[in-house]
Amino acid sequence: MCLAVPAKIIEKNNMMATVDVEGIKRQISLMLLPDAQTGDFVLMHAGFAIQLIDKQEAEITTQLLKEVSLDDA
Amino acid sequence: MTPEESRKAAEFFLRKIDEYIDHPVRFMEVCGTHTVAIFRSGIRQLLPEKVELVSGPGCPVCVTPNDYMDMAIAYAKEENNIIATFGDMLKVPGTTSSLIEANTRGADIRIIYSPLDALQMARDNPSRNIIFLGVGFETTAPLTAATIQAARQENIKNFFVLTSHKWTDAPVKALLSDDKVNVDGFLLPGHVCVITGEGPFSFVAEKYKKSAVVTGFEALDILQAVYMLAKQIHEKRAEIENAYKRVVKYNGNIIAQKAIMEVFDKTAATWRGFGLIEQSGMSIKDEYSEYDALKCIKGDKEISKENPACCCGDVLRGIIKPPQCPLFKKICTPDKPAGACMVSVEGACHAWYKYGQGRYHYGR
Repeated sequence: MCLAVPAKIIEKNNMMATVDVEGIKRQISLMLLPDAQTGDFVLMHAGFAIQLIDKQEAEITTQLLKEVSLDDA
Repeated sequence: MTPEESRKAAEFFLRKIDEYIDHPVRFMEVCGTHTVAIFRSGIRQLLPEKVELVSGPGCPVCVTPNDYMDMAIAYAKEENNIIATFGDMLKVPGTTSSLIEANTRGADIRIIYSPLDALQMARDNPSRNIIFLGVGFETTAPLTAATIQAARQENIKNFFVLTSHKWTDAPVKALLSDDKVNVDGFLLPGHVCVITGEGPFSFVAEKYKKSAVVTGFEALDILQAVYMLAKQIHEKRAEIENAYKRVVKYNGNIIAQKAIMEVFDKTAATWRGFGLIEQSGMSIKDEYSEYDALKCIKGDKEISKENPACCCGDVLRGIIKPPQCPLFKKICTPDKPAGACMVSVEGACHAWYKYGQGRYHYGR
């Protein structure tokens, strides 16, 4: 029920956006995330964008995981 | 990250968890989507035996009581009504029937992906009542709220919501004040916190002195969160930490929170297995009562009863594991579920049935 997946906004038209999810395109509402822009990655749930995916934080997480993978202590 | 890097990161977390924990602990995943991810990735099998993961109340389908299903089925029986629902509600048993059984008897029940699809259905069928089954936690509730607001803006008169939306902090409070429940820390629901932020769960650490970590749904996200819980326990800290900062902001999504507060009142609600919990439900405000199915549409509902043999309640509180329920795998199966925990793919019983007795056992 609370499944949400990342999607990339490829076109914005007022409160609606066309998003790409792994090659599949669909229309979603931006009512709950009106400031999202074309090119942004958003978390999509049941036809709505509910949050921006923070690229910087995603990179920090990836970097952290890479660092712990090197930790042999 | 390469698969090799992921494997090494997982090894690191598992080694540290083993180091940090020196006595048996129980961590509860509040969210059903975590339950499924944990089973699918085999995390239970990888963790040392002293670390037990237990499934909590966080599957909206599982906590929906018979009474709600009976009302939905009563609406479905009326010819002028169309029931619009997420697919996982179809098999949920009511007292004597389910929506899918109503469907085979001719009821018009349609599966939708988004509440906005129900609104479109209302535009396309102006002479019929579209009743959307508003089920879900804070992740889903703002979508229903926004759809109700959109219906008002367009002056759509034949769209209604039968709401069973719920707040997830309330059952966690109920669990923590229940002596029978023994939990040392919580994996907090990532997608609920996307909306609410971390704030609503601060009581876990402040009042009850338990550790909690917000986390995502990849296997490494979950392992990282268990590692963070283990570290807190090792360092005798009890805090709310966030391992899912790429989408969970401290304050959540304020616009979505406002949509919920604009459309819903906080009221007492019945949870399957928990009974009535104060301040745990979302009922449609009087200002929006024209969209409240219960206030606008009559239905001939049967008298609701829960199945006394079903142990969903004890499963949802982490008191027993699904195989300890006498119905599990005997009378209750995903094809013919007796309780809601066996219906939803996010349900603990369904996950135990599908993936084995807590042990991932295919491909190995």
